Parts: sequence; structure tokens; C-alpha cells
Amino acid sequence: MAKQKIALSVNGKKIEASVEPRTLLVHFLREELNLTGTHIGCETSHCGACTVDLNGMSVKSCTVLAVQADGGDLKTVEGLAAGGKLHPLQEGFMQEHGLQCGFCTPGMLMRGYRMLQENPNPSDEDIRWGLSGNLCRCTGYQNIVKSVQYAADKIRKEGAPKP
Amino acid sequence: MIPGNFDYHRPGSVDEAAALLGRLGEDAKVLAGGHSLLPMMKLRLAEPKSLIDLGAIAELRVIREKDGVLQIGAMATEAALIASDLIRRHCPLIAEAAALIADPQVRNRGTIGGDIAHGDPGNDHPAIMLALGASFVLRGGKGERVVAAGDFYRALFETAMKADELLVEIRVPALRPGTGASYQKLKRKVGDFAIAGAAAVIGIKDGRCGHAAIALTNVGPTAVNAEAAAALLVGKAIDEALIGEAAKLAMSACAPTADLRGPVEYKTRMAGEMTRRAIREALKRAKGG
Ligand SMILES: Cc1cc2nc3c(=O)[nH]c(=O)nc-3n(C[C@H](O)[C@H](O)[C@H](O)COP(=O)(O)OP(=O)(O)OC[C@H]3O[C@@H](n4cnc5c(N)ncnc54)[C@H](O)[C@@H]3O)c2cc1C
Ligand code: FES
Ligand code: FES
Repeated sequence: MAKQKIALSVNGKKIEASVEPRTLLVHFLREELNLTGTHIGCETSHCGACTVDLNGMSVKSCTVLAVQADGGDLKTVEGLAAGGKLHPLQEGFMQEHGLQCGFCTPGMLMRGYRMLQENPNPSDEDIRWGLSGNLCRCTGYQNIVKSVQYAADKIRKEGAPKP
Repeated sequence: MIPGNFDYHRPGSVDEAAALLGRLGEDAKVLAGGHSLLPMMKLRLAEPKSLIDLGAIAELRVIREKDGVLQIGAMATEAALIASDLIRRHCPLIAEAAALIADPQVRNRGTIGGDIAHGDPGNDHPAIMLALGASFVLRGGKGERVVAAGDFYRALFETAMKADELLVEIRVPALRPGTGASYQKLKRKVGDFAIAGAAAVIGIKDGRCGHAAIALTNVGPTAVNAEAAAALLVGKAIDEALIGEAAKLAMSACAPTADLRGPVEYKTRMAGEMTRRAIREALKRAKGG
């Protein structure tokens, strides 16, 4: 099948590539760009491990075609830390034990990243609703909620990190 | 899991999309949010030769109100419905129901048009559109036609839409004063399709029911228009006994299939309970509560 040219920004870097229309965004990221931080869990749009930020919105990259991201602005977990410093969310997950096996973590971080911009002062309940498209088999979610609260608190005090 | 091969088209206007669909015909499928179609393509339940992506057509995302009718572009996402002031003002039911669909990521992609056109009885918008008396603007090679929601659903995954037609707009009459609406959905967990759902719209005049519509989700091959249940309410002062009778009529309109979400009897009874809850809440709202 004829490949199609796409151009997009990934973590602030301009990328041009040729992809088959059927290539899923998650496979493009992992296999073409070697950005393997974005995980594939269920492949059926349920678990959220593949969550990335596309044009200012959280999306499940296993259910978006790479061609649909043409012209877009994409951020993956690799783009979260800046200037050698962890993002407050990453720090929060570390401090509050927001992960065990870590499989769900990239998706949790990327959803948390967007959620805190949508709602900088979330209640625990807001965080649970905001993360309802992300499954974790290990933590029982309690510490994930605490981790996001840690980041919300830090961003309120120190401002959002410069991308 | 990767979909089979296909050609990808991204038209910039409705005209262009309609022309493409006319030319490519039965072998092509329209891609909206892709959150029903791409999963089916991964499983080879759908193997279109071409995809026509409506994602670049800005005019299909517009939500406006004209002469008491909400006009919702087919590509408005669930997230956009939830965020829309116009929808909150004229028909909050649509936003409330959208918030019960899937999860935040899916709602950022999934569209009202896709949810309506897909023809899956598990989709939530169809029952809501039936209860609200919505109509759908279809655009084909020969121009536009408008089909009432009540005439749209034919059978499982079968609608009145022809292979060369696009759903471009959803028209919903704004709720009139003295009218209340509610959607009640039972699901196993956040993000799941309904075990059973019920939408009720009730208009009250001088203490009696002047208008009623009830429709059900996921308890038949299509969304179910529970007309007999609604007709029972009209002209009467609605009390608990009458609500119980209406729910029984709604249950008798159900024909669910047993699956992981439960056996037939359970689903039918849950449809009854959702109907009771939806009528009670719609009534409360109609009375200004
Ligand atoms: C995890 C998960 C949970 C979900 N839970 C729910 C739920 O609780 N309730 C619910 O209602 N849905 C649910 N869905 C489905 C979701 O809402 C889909 O987005 C929706 O069913 C289809 O909309 P779409 O825009 O994604 O359409 P697509 O998947 O792009 O298209 C679906 C079908 O409609 C056709 N189509 C789309 N737009 C048009 C148009 N404008 N004109 C003509 N044909 C068109 C396509 O060709 C295709 O056949 C869920 C999905 C997932 C992945
Ligand atoms: S891998 Fe995309 S949602 Fe699970
Ligand atoms: S930490 Fe293991 S799945 Fe979440």
C-alpha cells in the first residue's frame, strides 16, 4: 500500500515521515521514532497505557492512525522532563509510590499532565474521574491519586515547568 | 493488532467528502473519531478499502442554535458537547449523557455523529435522540435530506443512511419550559457500555403530563422507542403507581440478548428500573426541581 507523508511536531521536534495509512500512532512512535516510553497494553482502547497528548488533548494512541496526527503537536512521556529535571508529576509518582511495575505509568503521567492543565485544583474525586480511562493492575490507585495531588501542589507553589 | 490495508483520504470540505464517498461507494467508510471503527478494523470485523477521514472538516464541528433548534455538527466530540454552553442552556441532557460515555480520552475523539451513525444498540446517543425527537441531516450525491431519529434505526448496525450518504448535522429541538429530561444508565464500571439505559423527556402542563417520550439503550437490536410507555403517561398526573405501569410497558418493549453484561431477564428488569428513575428525575426537573 502506498505510503503517505506526514509532518508533525513530537516533543517540540519537527518530524517528517512516510507511513502506511494503517499504521497506528503508537506503533509509529515506538517503532519508527524509537520512543518506547509510550506503552501498548490492551490494544483495544481500554487501558490507557498508550495515552499521549495530541493538540492539547489526551488520546489513546492505539486508536489513532499516524496519518490522523499529520500536522499535529504531539507530546509523549519522553517530553515530560525538561532541562534535566523531572516534571512535578514524575517527582510525585516517585515520592508517593505512584507505581509498582510501572507499566501503566507513562499513560498515567500523560493523562495527569493534561488533567492538571484542565483543572489545576482537583479534588481526589476529580483525579479519579480524570484518570478513569487509565487502568493500573498494581497500586490500587490510592498512591496515584496522592502522586497527582503532590504535583498539583508543587505546580501551584512553583508554577508549571517550562516545556 | 493492526487494521488491514486501506487508502486514506482527508477531504477539507463536506462537498469534497460527499463526492469522494459517491465515487468510492460501498468499498469506502467514513472515519470520524475512529473509536468504534478502528477497533473493528483491528479485529477485521470491518475491512474497508478506503477511509474518508472527516477530521479536517471544520464546518462539521460547529454547534449552534437557530429558532429554538440546536444544530450540532456530526464531528462534535463528546468532550465538545460537554463543554458547550449552548448545549448546557438548551438541552443539558446531551451533555449529561456524553459524560456517561466511555472515558476522557475516548470522549476527546469520539463524535456524536459517529455514535449515532454506527448503529450499535450499545451507543448512548441514539436513545437520547429518539427521546428528544431529534432529526438527522444526511448529505448524499443528490443533495440533502432530513430523517427523523424515529425512522433512522432499522436493525443491528443498519440505519436509513445509504452507502453514499454522510451524516452532517444533528437537529435537536431545545427543551421547552415545563419540560424535564433525564438519562439513566447502568453499567458495570466507569467507561463501559450500558447494561441498560433509559432516556425520558416529560412535559408538564397544569399538573398533568402534556408530552412524554421514553427510549432505551442496549436492550434490543437498536435503541428502543418505548412509545406505549410514554403514551400511558400523557394526559395524566404522574404518580408512583403510573411510573410503575409505564416501566412495565417499557420492559415489554425490550428484546435484549444475553452476554457478559447479564442474562435477558436481568437486563430487562434493569431497563425497567432505569425507566422508573429517568421518569422520576425528568418529572422533578419539569416541575422546576
Ligand atoms: C473503551 C470504549 C468505551 C466506549 N463506551 C461507550 C459508551 O459507554 N457509550 C457509547 O455510546 N459509546 C461508547 N464507545 C464508543 C465511542 O463512543 C465511539 O466513539 C462511537 O461509538 C463512534 O463514534 P466515532 O466518532 O468514534 O466514530 P467512528 O468509529 O469513526 O465511526 C463509527 C461508524 O460510523 C460511521 N460514521 C461515523 N461518522 C459518520 C458520519 N458523519 N456520516 C456517516 N457515517 C459515519 C463510520 O463509517 C463507522 O461505520 C466506547 C468506545 C470505547 C473505545
Ligand atoms: S493500549 Fe491503548 S488503551 Fe490500552
Ligand atoms: S504500576 Fe503496574 S500497572 Fe500500574
